[in-house]
Amino acid sequence: MITINHYLAVSATLLLIGTLGVLTRRNIVVILMSIELILNAVNVNLIAFSKYHNQVTGQVFAIFVIAVAVAEAAVGLGVLIALFRNKGSVQADEVDLLKW
Amino acid sequence: MVNLIWLIPLIPLGGAAVLLLLGRMLPKSLIKVVAPGTIFAAFLLSLGAVMESGGKPHEVVLYEWLPKVDWGFLLDPLSSVMILIITGIGFLIHVYATGYMDHEGGYYRFFGYLNLFVFFMLILVLANNYVLLFAGWEGVGLASYLLIGFYFNKKSAGDAAKKAFLFNRVGDAGFILGMFCVAALTHGSLAFRDLHGLTAGPLLTAAAALLFLGATGKSAQLPLFVWLPDAMEGPTPVSALIHAATMVTAGVYMVARSSAIYSLAPEVSAAISCIGATTAIMAATIAMVQTDIKRVLAYSTVSQLGFMFMAAGVGAYWVAVFHLMTHAFFKALLFLGAGSVIHGLHGEQDMLKMGGLRSEMPITFWTMAIAALAIAGVPGMAGFFSKDEILFYAYLNFKSVFAVGLITAALTAFYMWRLMFLTFFGEKRTLVHAHESPLVMTAPLIVLALGCGGCSYYAAQLERWLEPVLHSNHSPDIGLKHVLMAASVFAAFTGILLARYFHASTGPLGPLTKLAQHKWYLDDIYDFVFVRGLGMRGGEYLGSFDRRILDGGINGAGLVTRFVSRASIWADTWIVDGLVRIAGFSAMFASLPARIVQTGFVQSYALVIVAAIAAALGLFWVK
Repeated sequence: MITINHYLAVSATLLLIGTLGVLTRRNIVVILMSIELILNAVNVNLIAFSKYHNQVTGQVFAIFVIAVAVAEAAVGLGVLIALFRNKGSVQADEVDLLKW
Repeated sequence: MVNLIWLIPLIPLGGAAVLLLLGRMLPKSLIKVVAPGTIFAAFLLSLGAVMESGGKPHEVVLYEWLPKVDWGFLLDPLSSVMILIITGIGFLIHVYATGYMDHEGGYYRFFGYLNLFVFFMLILVLANNYVLLFAGWEGVGLASYLLIGFYFNKKSAGDAAKKAFLFNRVGDAGFILGMFCVAALTHGSLAFRDLHGLTAGPLLTAAAALLFLGATGKSAQLPLFVWLPDAMEGPTPVSALIHAATMVTAGVYMVARSSAIYSLAPEVSAAISCIGATTAIMAATIAMVQTDIKRVLAYSTVSQLGFMFMAAGVGAYWVAVFHLMTHAFFKALLFLGAGSVIHGLHGEQDMLKMGGLRSEMPITFWTMAIAALAIAGVPGMAGFFSKDEILFYAYLNFKSVFAVGLITAALTAFYMWRLMFLTFFGEKRTLVHAHESPLVMTAPLIVLALGCGGCSYYAAQLERWLEPVLHSNHSPDIGLKHVLMAASVFAAFTGILLARYFHASTGPLGPLTKLAQHKWYLDDIYDFVFVRGLGMRGGEYLGSFDRRILDGGINGAGLVTRFVSRASIWADTWIVDGLVRIAGFSAMFASLPARIVQTGFVQSYALVIVAAIAAALGLFWVK
């Protein structure tokens, strides 16, 4: 029997992997992918609670998150391409002009 | 016609303007007509105006020049005599000059200046106040300067012009101060009509003395006479017109014009007689040893001017004017005759190289002989009456001046006839073939010679004519007059006879000869005191004062400024800038902790966010 705790464990694992990916990877593409993992961890969480409480609000909210994630990916990739055209690189540690 | 007297000076001014502005383009033959023509027109107008006025004073005021001072002309008996002399003799000299200057360059310039001179001279004598008189006074000085330096290629001519100008400035300073005194006395009017009714006092005495200082400059009296002999560097007609007949008598005219002042200042009048007498005898002795024909005449002019001041000083103003008039005739004639001789000998002026010219230049000889008799004081000639009157009034008022005057009269006869004997008698000492001058030059000589003989007979008329203007203390002592006359005639003939035998002598004055030859060392004294003393040595002192004290002060101020500015720079760099830097640095140091947070590295921000969330969750958990 798969209980809600299993879903929550998967969700927490995805969140952890995504967070570590965002913090540790240098390639911005990978960072964006890690952000998708974090969002999906949230989605899993929302849907699990939706099923558990027998309410659709969580599922609707998850669809919103997916829509926003698509928009976010589009804008993020657009910025990424512009960055690549200007700097010839997509390494996050090489983009550090906004400092003192 | 008497209302047109303002036109009299204006006509020569027009001539001068035309000649100086357009003269370069005019043909010589036209200049020969224009230049004497304007003077002749002025002469005719003067004659008409004088006849019409009949001796009544007449003033024409053109406009108010300065407050209370008019641009006004005054025709009275005194100025009548003066304008007739100036325009009449001026015309003759102009005519003569057309011949004399024929071969010279700058023809139009010469006549332009000469006309300009006549204009200013007429302004001087027609002025109805001191200010306008002074304007003419300065103007004739300018014309004199320009004409003395006419041969401007010659250094000596330029030097002589400058000398004349500078010596006149000394006198003019006195004149201006005198005018201030007169202005104070007449409450600012300075008009001659306001001179009557003044009262004696220190201010009036000062005015008299200072005005006379002006006269000593213009009329070449001690101590300022040394410029006049040097002025002979100018062309001979200039010497005749300006430095003998008219301009140099301006001082005498001015003293006569101011007789109302001088009659109230007896001390100054006495000083004038003494200065006149001293100048007369001093200049006469110098004239005795000169060898340059024009210089003899120049010193003679100085001496005769001394006679005029003798007369003015003893209160016989009309006699001074009378002598001025006769002197204008015979001295103009002498100068023109000398010019004729120089012209005939192609520029030779040294009398020792002349001699025997009597037969070659008969007209010049006879006319000059008449003038020489006149100046010597031979009876029947112009100078006889005027000089006699001077000696008479001197005898009445001032015996020692009379004695000096009598001796000077004898010396005058000597030096003038020395000139005549050296020039016209004896062996001819030059190889140059002399020629008699052309008619334009000899005709004025003849007219002047007639004047020399003629004008003397009008002494009594002149005295009566001048009576309304110049107070005359007529003395009816006819017997005394005849005795004095005999004395002066005796002096004259003694002088002429001595000249006959000693004219070739190199030391006619005995022990005094050397003194006279060196012009009584006056030039040397001026040179020593003013040129070398004040000029050069004083210049050195002033120079070292300038270098040491003035420059020292300036350099010191510079050093102080430099020091102050150094200090200011130091303060600026270390204190003002330091404060600004400290403010900047302190802001920088204060910002250091905040700054290191902002790495620009996105993932470190993300780490902070994650850490913060973890911490918040941790706190939440602990609670």
